[in-house]
Amino acid sequence: MKSTVIVFPGSNCDRDAAIALNKFNFKNSMIWHNESSLPKTDLVVLPGGFSFGDYLRTGCIASKSLIINDVVQHAKKGGLVLGICNGFQILLETGLLQGTLLRNKKLRFISKNVYLKVTNNENSFCNNYKKNKIIELPIAHNEGNYFANKGILKDLEQKNLIAFKYCNIKGDFNEDSNPNGSLHNIAGILNVEKNILGMMPHPERLIDSILSGEDGSALFESLHKFK
Amino acid sequence: MKISVTVTLKKDVLDPQGKVVSQTIQNMNYKNVTNVRQGKYFEIELNESNKDKAKKIIDEICKKLLTNVVIEDYTINFK
Repeated sequence: MKSTVIVFPGSNCDRDAAIALNKFNFKNSMIWHNESSLPKTDLVVLPGGFSFGDYLRTGCIASKSLIINDVVQHAKKGGLVLGICNGFQILLETGLLQGTLLRNKKLRFISKNVYLKVTNNENSFCNNYKKNKIIELPIAHNEGNYFANKGILKDLEQKNLIAFKYCNIKGDFNEDSNPNGSLHNIAGILNVEKNILGMMPHPERLIDSILSGEDGSALFESLHKFK
Repeated sequence: MKISVTVTLKKDVLDPQGKVVSQTIQNMNYKNVTNVRQGKYFEIELNESNKDKAKKIIDEICKKLLTNVVIEDYTINFK
């Protein structure tokens, strides 16, 4: 399976993503944001980081990059797109996913491991997780506070488009288990066709026991069942 | 022509930064300040003499780039 990681000025999880993809047998290429077209690829990854210094709004300038036109085309044809952290912010700015990410409720940059519940495993990204499994992944962001109007939230819940929710170790959703103030404890969402996933936590950072955990591995393994 | 754009958060969107600024102003003993909302301000120079055309262009730029229409409103001012 082929993957492509888009690199923006200020991306800093691009190589982590590449290492994870290589480990799970993807043939990966790195593409600079100013390229006009993608190579032949099954999966596009928009990595974490601070593209364009988070100027104007997080992900905003990157969403106007030259390569994004082709990423949108790839997505509309049903190709897989994974946006992690800043990549999620970029996906929301392009309009491929709905809603937006505000500054964390307590105005602090948060860098820690959190618990998540896999609330939808019937998609290309999560099918190797058991439904409602509680996993642990790191978050590292300043703008991860998911916000959307009531209509969008209702849509996300009813159409089962929420892939991950912040919870505690027992799986409860409440204010204490919500690190950044996200509505409905949302940590990751899908589009209606379920070929696009945007998430704030970093699965690519926990793919090996020597990295203190492997809860991110199942996401990359899931993708291989796509074909 | 010179044009300014003010971008503010929509009314029902939480503004934690504005809240902290508001709290700080009150702590500085300006007790009659009741609320602060923080926004962004842009000054744009545009090569266009027709005001209607200019407004149309700036409107487009606001929608496409300067604001996130999900959470922000904007006002355009001509100088």
